[in-house]
Amino acid sequence: MTTADGTPTPSAPPVMVPSTRRRRIPAALRSPLAIVALAIITIWVAVMILAPWISPAGPTEQSFERLTAPSAEHWFGTDQVGRDVFSRVLHGARMSIPVAALLVSASLVVGAVLGAIAGYFGRVVDEVIMRVADLVFAFPTIILAMVIAAALGPSLRNAVIAILVVSWPPYARVTRSLVLSAREAEYVVAGRLLGNGPFTSLTKDVMPNVAAPVVVLATLDIGTAILLLSGLSFLGLGAVPPTPEWGAMVSDGIQQFSSWWIAGFPGLAIMSIVLAFNMLGDVLRDSLDPHTAQTVKGRAL
Amino acid sequence: MAQDTSTTTATAPGGGGHPLARYLVVRAGITVLLLFGVTLTTFILTNLIPADPVQAVLGEQAAANPEIVAAYRERAGLDDPLPVQYFTYLSNVLQGDLGTSQQTRQPVADELGRAAPATIELALAAIVVSAVLGIGLGLWAALKRRTIIDQVIRLVSTVGISIPLFWLALVVYYVFFFQLGIFPGSGRLSPTLTPPPDVTGLYTVDSLLAGDLPAFWDALSHLVLPASVLGLYTVGLLTRFARSAVLEILDQDYVRAARAKGLPARTVVTRYVLRGSLVPIITVLGMAFGSLLSGTVLVEIIFSWNGIGQYSYAAATRLDLPAIMGVGLVVGMVYIGLNFIVDLLYGLIDPRVRVS
Repeated sequence: MTTADGTPTPSAPPVMVPSTRRRRIPAALRSPLAIVALAIITIWVAVMILAPWISPAGPTEQSFERLTAPSAEHWFGTDQVGRDVFSRVLHGARMSIPVAALLVSASLVVGAVLGAIAGYFGRVVDEVIMRVADLVFAFPTIILAMVIAAALGPSLRNAVIAILVVSWPPYARVTRSLVLSAREAEYVVAGRLLGNGPFTSLTKDVMPNVAAPVVVLATLDIGTAILLLSGLSFLGLGAVPPTPEWGAMVSDGIQQFSSWWIAGFPGLAIMSIVLAFNMLGDVLRDSLDPHTAQTVKGRAL
Repeated sequence: MAQDTSTTTATAPGGGGHPLARYLVVRAGITVLLLFGVTLTTFILTNLIPADPVQAVLGEQAAANPEIVAAYRERAGLDDPLPVQYFTYLSNVLQGDLGTSQQTRQPVADELGRAAPATIELALAAIVVSAVLGIGLGLWAALKRRTIIDQVIRLVSTVGISIPLFWLALVVYYVFFFQLGIFPGSGRLSPTLTPPPDVTGLYTVDSLLAGDLPAFWDALSHLVLPASVLGLYTVGLLTRFARSAVLEILDQDYVRAARAKGLPARTVVTRYVLRGSLVPIITVLGMAFGSLLSGTVLVEIIFSWNGIGQYSYAAATRLDLPAIMGVGLVVGMVYIGLNFIVDLLYGLIDPRVRVS
């Protein structure tokens, strides 16, 4: 899961983008901003894979002097129980990146399936699904996620479930609107006339043409997912303490204010990877249909 | 879509009248339906919660005694069928009764009433910060399209939406309070001062009304850090939308015509461009307000701000069901109310907006 979810990001877009736009994407990816973004993401993915071998200490190893400032020996200093912050930040990539990727894929699948059903079949099905989506939209993301996570009990798994519950509607909306227009396309109508049933029509004719932009846009929402996840962990509703999770590490630093490095570096780690995904997203969104892009972006955070 | 449901409910009273009136009726219909949906959601959500509310209320010892448990379940109506429980809940809510907090034994409605002004004050201050900065930067970037200024503003706004809010709050707290000590870092007022007489509940406004200048400055200085953090959180979002809204208007024929006939740049911007960009910007302000409500949880916790955010966090972590339901209900309503207001402004400003 780890590598399979993390690595496709940089290489995937050219494959998934509809053929008419194929030429524009690589051009967009050649912009300096995109190159920087891809470089940062590549570095983090490498760190994610190599963390156990490249970090100087174990993520939960408490064998150092407590609260020492950053030095040649401990690049990011040590925390209140004598763990090496640098090693913990490196290991944090193993939590945040794959979990966020998993989370986004899950909300994409749930949202796209529901949105496609709503858009293709219309009427009552459409009403029910989209009204539920409206209701989820009626609550601020963090508050709803917080309530769900608290109710299920604090754990990374429950935080993921909570975020999944609040994050599928944007995908449902985008997919639905794309399906609505694709449904009437001549080749889809032709397929139906040739005897394709609704299921075949939807899966064989409609979805392949709808999926591309939605998948590309979703990949870029990994940044947003990382933010939400670390936010819940910061609140103590996600990853549980000894786990090297960036949000939880920032919250460790609150009690030790004079040791700024405990919260400082994990925060920078979150920011750098989220920033990379957002920069890449910017570039790619510009080369995709602007209206689709805005619908997905609409609920950022 | 959203419109379909309520055209049926709305065409009856509004049918064929003035388009704006019909638009209002339809929007109001949708809003009422959504509000019912919110009560249903909070109800279902709290019933799905696996944790046992009985044990949370009674404590372990009492919960071990089946007689006490049975008496409690009877009194709280927990043995009634779910639809009955829902209607009891709904009728209570309609009478303004949100139940009693299991933690504090206080009516939830009262507690929320006390917490609300703090959050409103914080959110209003934040929205001012982000509207001024966001619209300003967006306009500037659009006018300087494809220059280095545009690029820098774009990068800054991307950085803005990429910083984890809780971390930004900590950094600001650390630098401006802990290190420099320029602004106070927790609470709404210094403990030495007495809060101003309650009129609006907003300390800054109330202290001015009471003519208490020291309290005003103190309240204002407490507001600076949390409001800036919360405001900065949405600046990135607003800047982007403002930029693209302005860019779209700049391409319109009437703007080109205004320029062509030699109107000064300032007039073109203020009279034509800004006015034309108003609709999308208002929409985004509504959305930004919504994301502020999310952000306020993290900011209030870090700056010890006694508002809805802190209350909801406390309620969620202690599994205080009535309090959680109350927060969900109130916040959901505020959210929906905001969307309704945005829709109204939309209809007023842009006559092209029609219900399809």
